[in-house]
Amino acid sequence: MSTNTTFVEAKTPNTDFEVRSLDTMCVNDTKRQEPWYSNIKYLVLGVIFGIVFTKAEVISWFRIQEMFRLQSFHMYGVIGSAIAVGMLSIFIIKRFNIKTIHGEKIEFHDKKFNKGQIYGGLIFGFGWAITGACPGPLFAQIGTGATVIIVTLISAIAGTWIYGKFRDKLPH
Amino acid sequence: MNFIEWIKQPWPWYVAGPLIGLTVPTLLIMGNKSFGISSSLRHVCAACFPSKIPFFQYDWKKELWNMFFVVGILLGGILTAAFLWNPEPIQVHANLANELSGYGITNYTGLVPVDVFNWPALFTLRGFIMMVAGGLLVGFGTRYAGGCTSGHAIMGISNLQMPSLIATCCFMAGGFIMANLVLPFILSL
Repeated sequence: MSTNTTFVEAKTPNTDFEVRSLDTMCVNDTKRQEPWYSNIKYLVLGVIFGIVFTKAEVISWFRIQEMFRLQSFHMYGVIGSAIAVGMLSIFIIKRFNIKTIHGEKIEFHDKKFNKGQIYGGLIFGFGWAITGACPGPLFAQIGTGATVIIVTLISAIAGTWIYGKFRDKLPH
Repeated sequence: MNFIEWIKQPWPWYVAGPLIGLTVPTLLIMGNKSFGISSSLRHVCAACFPSKIPFFQYDWKKELWNMFFVVGILLGGILTAAFLWNPEPIQVHANLANELSGYGITNYTGLVPVDVFNWPALFTLRGFIMMVAGGLLVGFGTRYAGGCTSGHAIMGISNLQMPSLIATCCFMAGGFIMANLVLPFILSL
Protein backbone atom coordinates (compact mmCIF):
# COMPACT_ATOMS: atom_id res chain seq x y z
CA MET A 1 0.00 0.00 0.00
CA SER A 2 2.75 2.43 0.94
CA THR A 3 4.63 1.73 -2.29
CA ASN A 4 1.46 2.41 -4.19
CA THR A 5 0.99 5.78 -2.51
CA THR A 6 4.57 6.74 -3.29
CA PHE A 7 4.02 5.76 -6.90
CA VAL A 8 0.98 8.02 -7.25
CA GLU A 9 2.71 10.89 -5.48
CA ALA A 10 5.78 10.59 -7.64
CA LYS A 11 3.64 10.33 -10.76
CA THR A 12 1.36 13.31 -10.12
CA PRO A 13 3.70 16.17 -11.09
CA ASN A 14 4.82 14.18 -14.11
CA THR A 15 1.30 13.67 -15.48
CA ASP A 16 0.45 17.27 -14.75
CA PHE A 17 3.37 18.15 -16.98
CA GLU A 18 1.90 15.84 -19.62
CA VAL A 19 -1.50 17.49 -19.38
CA ARG A 20 0.20 20.69 -20.36
CA SER A 21 2.76 19.50 -22.89
CA LEU A 22 1.21 16.63 -24.82
CA ASP A 23 -2.33 17.54 -24.24
CA THR A 24 -2.69 21.27 -24.00
CA MET A 25 -6.37 21.25 -24.80
CA CYS A 26 -8.64 23.42 -22.74
CA VAL A 27 -6.10 23.95 -20.02
CA ASN A 28 -6.62 26.52 -17.39
CA ASP A 29 -3.70 28.90 -17.10
CA THR A 30 -5.02 31.23 -14.49
CA LYS A 31 -2.96 31.37 -11.29
CA ARG A 32 -5.92 32.87 -9.43
CA GLN A 33 -7.79 30.90 -6.80
CA GLU A 34 -11.37 31.40 -7.87
CA PRO A 35 -14.51 30.42 -5.97
CA TRP A 36 -16.73 27.84 -7.71
CA TYR A 37 -19.38 30.39 -8.67
CA SER A 38 -16.88 32.27 -10.83
CA ASN A 39 -17.44 29.36 -13.24
CA ILE A 40 -20.99 30.56 -13.89
CA LYS A 41 -19.65 32.82 -16.64
CA TYR A 42 -18.41 29.75 -18.52
CA LEU A 43 -21.87 28.22 -18.16
CA VAL A 44 -23.40 31.35 -19.75
CA LEU A 45 -20.82 31.26 -22.55
CA GLY A 46 -21.60 27.57 -23.05
CA VAL A 47 -25.32 28.35 -23.36
CA ILE A 48 -24.64 30.92 -26.11
CA PHE A 49 -22.28 28.49 -27.82
CA GLY A 50 -24.89 25.70 -27.60
CA ILE A 51 -27.58 27.92 -29.16
CA VAL A 52 -25.25 28.87 -32.04
CA PHE A 53 -24.32 25.19 -32.54
CA THR A 54 -27.95 24.13 -32.65
CA LYS A 55 -29.32 26.98 -34.77
CA ALA A 56 -26.56 26.60 -37.36
CA GLU A 57 -27.34 22.84 -37.47
CA VAL A 58 -23.66 22.10 -36.83
CA ILE A 59 -24.88 19.38 -34.45
CA SER A 60 -26.91 17.72 -37.19
CA TRP A 61 -25.92 14.24 -38.35
CA PHE A 62 -27.24 15.22 -41.80
CA ARG A 63 -24.92 18.24 -42.10
CA ILE A 64 -21.91 16.07 -41.18
CA GLN A 65 -22.89 13.52 -43.84
CA GLU A 66 -23.16 16.33 -46.42
CA MET A 67 -19.73 17.60 -45.39
CA PHE A 68 -18.04 14.22 -45.87
CA ARG A 69 -19.83 13.69 -49.21
CA LEU A 70 -18.89 17.21 -50.44
CA GLN A 71 -22.58 17.98 -50.91
CA SER A 72 -22.65 21.23 -48.95
CA PHE A 73 -20.32 24.11 -48.18
CA HIS A 74 -22.05 24.84 -44.87
CA MET A 75 -19.71 22.99 -42.45
CA TYR A 76 -16.59 24.11 -44.31
CA GLY A 77 -17.86 27.69 -44.06
CA VAL A 78 -18.56 27.36 -40.32
CA ILE A 79 -15.21 25.75 -39.43
CA GLY A 80 -13.23 27.92 -41.87
CA SER A 81 -14.67 31.23 -40.69
CA ALA A 82 -14.35 30.15 -37.03
CA ILE A 83 -10.63 29.48 -37.62
CA ALA A 84 -10.22 32.82 -39.44
CA VAL A 85 -11.81 34.75 -36.56
CA GLY A 86 -9.87 32.71 -33.96
CA MET A 87 -6.59 33.31 -35.78
CA LEU A 88 -7.17 37.05 -36.09
CA SER A 89 -8.15 37.23 -32.39
CA ILE A 90 -5.01 35.41 -31.23
CA PHE A 91 -2.88 37.62 -33.49
CA ILE A 92 -4.43 40.74 -31.92
CA ILE A 93 -4.02 39.36 -28.36
CA LYS A 94 -0.31 38.62 -28.99
CA ARG A 95 0.40 41.80 -30.95
CA PHE A 96 -1.14 44.17 -28.40
CA ASN A 97 -0.30 42.01 -25.38
CA ILE A 98 -3.92 41.98 -24.26
CA LYS A 99 -4.42 40.80 -20.66
CA THR A 100 -7.28 38.85 -19.08
CA ILE A 101 -10.04 40.77 -17.27
CA HIS A 102 -8.02 40.11 -14.08
CA GLY A 103 -4.88 41.64 -15.60
CA GLU A 104 -3.03 38.33 -16.10
CA LYS A 105 -0.82 37.68 -19.09
CA ILE A 106 -2.54 35.36 -21.58
CA GLU A 107 -0.61 32.11 -22.01
CA PHE A 108 -0.25 30.05 -25.19
CA HIS A 109 1.29 26.60 -25.53
CA ASP A 110 3.03 25.02 -28.45
CA LYS A 111 1.83 21.53 -29.21
CA LYS A 112 4.38 18.80 -29.84
CA PHE A 113 3.86 16.43 -32.70
CA ASN A 114 3.27 12.78 -31.84
CA LYS A 115 1.87 9.86 -33.85
CA GLY A 116 -1.30 9.97 -31.76
CA GLN A 117 -2.43 12.97 -33.78
CA ILE A 118 -2.45 10.72 -36.86
CA TYR A 119 -3.83 7.45 -35.42
CA GLY A 120 -6.16 9.15 -32.96
CA GLY A 121 -7.18 11.68 -35.59
CA LEU A 122 -8.22 8.94 -38.02
CA ILE A 123 -10.09 7.04 -35.28
CA PHE A 124 -11.96 10.18 -34.22
CA GLY A 125 -12.73 10.87 -37.90
CA PHE A 126 -14.37 7.43 -38.18
CA GLY A 127 -16.45 8.13 -35.07
CA TRP A 128 -17.35 11.63 -36.25
CA ALA A 129 -18.80 10.28 -39.52
CA ILE A 130 -20.75 7.51 -37.74
CA THR A 131 -22.25 9.52 -34.87
CA GLY A 132 -22.38 12.80 -36.79
CA ALA A 133 -21.01 14.51 -33.71
CA CYS A 134 -17.81 15.64 -32.09
CA PRO A 135 -17.83 15.87 -28.28
CA GLY A 136 -19.42 19.37 -28.13
CA PRO A 137 -22.43 18.57 -30.32
CA LEU A 138 -23.14 15.41 -28.28
CA PHE A 139 -24.16 17.64 -25.36
CA ALA A 140 -26.29 19.89 -27.57
CA GLN A 141 -27.98 16.92 -29.29
CA ILE A 142 -29.07 15.55 -25.92
CA GLY A 143 -30.39 19.02 -25.09
CA THR A 144 -32.57 19.12 -28.21
CA GLY A 145 -34.37 16.00 -26.99
CA ALA A 146 -32.39 13.19 -28.64
CA THR A 147 -32.11 11.49 -25.24
CA VAL A 148 -30.60 8.27 -26.61
CA ILE A 149 -27.42 10.23 -27.38
CA ILE A 150 -26.75 9.97 -23.61
CA VAL A 151 -25.65 6.42 -24.48
CA THR A 152 -23.22 7.77 -27.12
CA LEU A 153 -21.86 10.28 -24.59
CA ILE A 154 -21.33 7.57 -21.94
CA SER A 155 -19.67 5.49 -24.62
CA ALA A 156 -17.36 8.39 -25.51
CA ILE A 157 -16.42 8.77 -21.83
CA ALA A 158 -15.69 5.02 -21.80
CA GLY A 159 -13.54 5.43 -24.92
CA THR A 160 -11.52 8.16 -23.19
CA TRP A 161 -11.10 5.90 -20.15
CA ILE A 162 -9.91 3.00 -22.34
CA TYR A 163 -7.35 5.33 -23.93
CA GLY A 164 -6.11 6.36 -20.49
CA LYS A 165 -5.89 2.73 -19.39
CA PHE A 166 -3.86 1.54 -22.41
CA ARG A 167 -2.00 4.75 -23.15
CA ASP A 168 1.44 3.30 -22.36
CA LYS A 169 0.96 0.47 -24.86
CA LEU A 170 -0.11 2.71 -27.78
CA PRO A 171 2.34 4.20 -30.28
CA HIS A 172 2.89 7.93 -29.74
CA MET B 1 -41.89 38.18 -40.78
CA ASN B 2 -41.30 39.09 -37.14
CA PHE B 3 -38.01 38.81 -35.28
CA ILE B 4 -38.75 35.48 -33.58
CA GLU B 5 -39.77 33.84 -36.86
CA TRP B 6 -36.68 35.27 -38.52
CA ILE B 7 -34.28 33.99 -35.85
CA LYS B 8 -35.91 30.53 -35.86
CA GLN B 9 -34.67 29.88 -39.39
CA PRO B 10 -31.40 27.93 -39.68
CA TRP B 11 -28.46 30.31 -39.21
CA PRO B 12 -26.04 30.62 -42.14
CA TRP B 13 -22.38 29.66 -41.81
CA TYR B 14 -21.16 33.26 -41.97
CA VAL B 15 -23.11 34.04 -38.80
CA ALA B 16 -22.34 30.86 -36.85
CA GLY B 17 -18.66 30.44 -37.83
CA PRO B 18 -17.46 33.87 -36.62
CA LEU B 19 -19.52 33.51 -33.40
CA ILE B 20 -17.87 30.13 -32.72
CA GLY B 21 -14.47 31.68 -33.52
CA LEU B 22 -15.10 34.46 -30.99
CA THR B 23 -15.30 31.82 -28.25
CA VAL B 24 -11.49 31.56 -28.51
CA PRO B 25 -10.63 35.14 -27.40
CA THR B 26 -13.60 35.25 -25.00
CA LEU B 27 -12.30 32.25 -23.02
CA LEU B 28 -8.74 33.60 -23.08
CA ILE B 29 -9.75 37.05 -21.89
CA MET B 30 -12.29 35.78 -19.34
CA GLY B 31 -9.76 33.63 -17.52
CA ASN B 32 -6.79 32.41 -19.56
CA LYS B 33 -8.63 29.28 -20.73
CA SER B 34 -7.78 27.51 -23.98
CA PHE B 35 -10.83 26.50 -25.99
CA GLY B 36 -11.44 22.75 -26.10
CA ILE B 37 -14.31 20.41 -25.38
CA SER B 38 -13.13 16.79 -25.54
CA SER B 39 -11.07 17.26 -22.37
CA SER B 40 -14.37 17.40 -20.47
CA LEU B 41 -14.64 13.64 -21.10
CA ARG B 42 -11.23 13.17 -19.48
CA HIS B 43 -12.26 15.30 -16.50
CA VAL B 44 -15.31 13.05 -15.99
CA CYS B 45 -12.98 10.03 -15.94
CA ALA B 46 -10.58 11.79 -13.55
CA ALA B 47 -13.41 12.81 -11.23
CA CYS B 48 -15.49 9.61 -11.28
CA PHE B 49 -13.34 6.63 -12.33
CA PRO B 50 -9.64 7.51 -11.93
CA SER B 51 -8.88 3.84 -11.02
CA LYS B 52 -5.25 4.76 -10.18
CA ILE B 53 -4.56 5.31 -13.91
CA PRO B 54 -1.77 7.93 -14.12
CA PHE B 55 -3.49 9.67 -17.07
CA PHE B 56 -6.39 10.52 -14.75
CA GLN B 57 -4.31 11.60 -11.74
CA TYR B 58 -4.42 15.38 -11.89
CA ASP B 59 -6.26 18.20 -10.20
CA TRP B 60 -9.51 18.03 -12.19
CA LYS B 61 -11.14 20.57 -9.87
CA LYS B 62 -8.91 23.19 -11.49
CA GLU B 63 -10.56 22.37 -14.84
CA LEU B 64 -14.10 22.61 -13.47
CA TRP B 65 -14.79 25.58 -15.77
CA ASN B 66 -14.78 23.12 -18.67
CA MET B 67 -17.62 21.12 -17.09
CA PHE B 68 -19.64 24.31 -16.59
CA PHE B 69 -19.03 25.12 -20.26
CA VAL B 70 -20.33 21.75 -21.55
CA VAL B 71 -23.35 21.85 -19.22
CA GLY B 72 -23.99 25.26 -20.79
CA ILE B 73 -23.91 23.67 -24.26
CA LEU B 74 -26.52 21.14 -23.08
CA LEU B 75 -28.71 23.97 -21.74
CA GLY B 76 -28.23 25.85 -25.02
CA GLY B 77 -29.67 22.83 -26.84
CA ILE B 78 -32.63 22.68 -24.44
CA LEU B 79 -33.35 26.42 -24.78
CA THR B 80 -33.16 26.27 -28.58
CA ALA B 81 -35.53 23.31 -28.68
CA ALA B 82 -37.95 25.12 -26.37
CA PHE B 83 -37.95 28.65 -27.81
CA LEU B 84 -36.09 28.88 -31.11
CA TRP B 85 -36.96 25.60 -32.82
CA ASN B 86 -37.39 25.65 -36.58
CA PRO B 87 -40.67 23.78 -37.22
CA GLU B 88 -39.70 22.94 -40.82
CA PRO B 89 -37.96 19.62 -41.60
CA ILE B 90 -34.20 19.93 -42.06
CA GLN B 91 -33.23 20.61 -45.70
CA VAL B 92 -30.59 18.24 -47.05
CA HIS B 93 -28.94 17.74 -50.44
CA ALA B 94 -31.18 15.76 -52.84
CA ASN B 95 -28.48 13.12 -53.42
CA LEU B 96 -28.13 12.53 -49.69
CA ALA B 97 -31.90 12.27 -49.17
CA ASN B 98 -32.04 9.82 -52.05
CA GLU B 99 -29.21 7.69 -50.62
CA LEU B 100 -30.63 7.74 -47.09
CA SER B 101 -34.11 6.69 -48.21
CA GLY B 102 -32.48 3.46 -49.38
CA TYR B 103 -31.51 2.78 -45.75
CA GLY B 104 -35.00 3.60 -44.45
CA ILE B 105 -34.06 7.09 -43.25
CA THR B 106 -36.96 9.33 -44.21
CA ASN B 107 -37.70 11.29 -41.04
CA TYR B 108 -36.20 14.80 -41.15
CA THR B 109 -37.96 16.30 -38.13
CA GLY B 110 -34.91 16.15 -35.83
CA LEU B 111 -31.32 17.30 -36.29
CA VAL B 112 -30.41 13.69 -35.54
CA PRO B 113 -32.21 11.09 -37.71
CA VAL B 114 -34.73 9.42 -35.40
CA ASP B 115 -34.87 6.44 -37.77
CA VAL B 116 -31.33 5.53 -36.68
CA PHE B 117 -30.87 7.09 -33.25
CA ASN B 118 -33.67 5.91 -30.94
CA TRP B 119 -33.87 3.78 -27.79
CA PRO B 120 -35.27 0.56 -29.33
CA ALA B 121 -32.61 0.75 -32.10
CA LEU B 122 -29.90 0.38 -29.43
CA PHE B 123 -30.73 -3.33 -29.38
CA THR B 124 -30.22 -3.75 -33.13
CA LEU B 125 -26.79 -4.31 -34.71
CA ARG B 126 -27.00 -1.08 -36.73
CA GLY B 127 -28.06 1.01 -33.74
CA PHE B 128 -25.43 -0.54 -31.48
CA ILE B 129 -22.64 0.21 -33.96
CA MET B 130 -23.89 3.75 -34.64
CA MET B 131 -24.43 4.79 -31.03
CA VAL B 132 -22.18 2.64 -28.81
CA ALA B 133 -19.23 1.83 -31.10
CA GLY B 134 -19.38 5.30 -32.69
CA GLY B 135 -19.22 6.93 -29.26
CA LEU B 136 -16.24 4.77 -28.25
CA LEU B 137 -14.35 5.86 -31.39
CA VAL B 138 -15.10 9.52 -30.68
CA GLY B 139 -13.92 9.34 -27.05
CA PHE B 140 -10.87 7.16 -27.73
CA GLY B 141 -9.82 9.01 -30.89
CA THR B 142 -10.11 12.55 -29.54
CA ARG B 143 -8.01 11.74 -26.48
CA TYR B 144 -5.43 9.80 -28.51
CA ALA B 145 -5.20 12.76 -30.89
CA GLY B 146 -5.04 15.17 -27.94
CA GLY B 147 -8.14 17.14 -28.92
CA CYS B 148 -11.19 17.40 -31.13
CA THR B 149 -12.59 19.84 -33.65
CA SER B 150 -12.59 22.67 -31.11
CA GLY B 151 -9.21 22.04 -29.46
CA HIS B 152 -7.24 21.14 -32.58
CA ALA B 153 -9.10 22.49 -35.63
CA ILE B 154 -10.22 25.81 -34.13
CA MET B 155 -7.92 26.62 -31.15
CA GLY B 156 -4.83 24.81 -32.45
CA ILE B 157 -4.87 26.05 -36.04
CA SER B 158 -5.77 29.57 -34.85
CA ASN B 159 -2.58 29.44 -32.80
CA LEU B 160 -0.66 28.23 -35.90
CA GLN B 161 0.18 24.80 -34.47
CA MET B 162 1.37 22.32 -37.10
CA PRO B 163 0.39 19.23 -35.02
CA SER B 164 -3.18 20.56 -34.91
CA LEU B 165 -3.24 20.98 -38.68
CA ILE B 166 -2.02 17.39 -39.06
CA ALA B 167 -4.66 16.16 -36.60
CA THR B 168 -7.41 18.09 -38.41
CA CYS B 169 -6.39 16.60 -41.77
CA CYS B 170 -6.59 13.14 -40.16
CA PHE B 171 -10.06 13.90 -38.71
CA MET B 172 -11.23 14.79 -42.20
CA ALA B 173 -9.50 11.81 -43.84
CA GLY B 174 -11.08 9.43 -41.31
CA GLY B 175 -14.48 11.01 -41.86
CA PHE B 176 -14.26 10.76 -45.65
CA ILE B 177 -13.21 7.10 -45.48
CA MET B 178 -15.96 6.20 -43.02
CA ALA B 179 -18.81 8.19 -44.61
CA ASN B 180 -18.14 7.05 -48.18
CA LEU B 181 -16.64 3.58 -47.90
CA VAL B 182 -17.80 1.99 -44.65
CA LEU B 183 -20.94 3.75 -43.41
CA PRO B 184 -23.07 2.58 -46.39
CA PHE B 185 -22.55 -1.02 -45.19
CA ILE B 186 -23.36 -0.16 -41.59
CA LEU B 187 -26.50 1.75 -42.59
CA SER B 188 -27.78 -1.13 -44.71
CA LEU B 189 -27.53 -3.61 -41.79
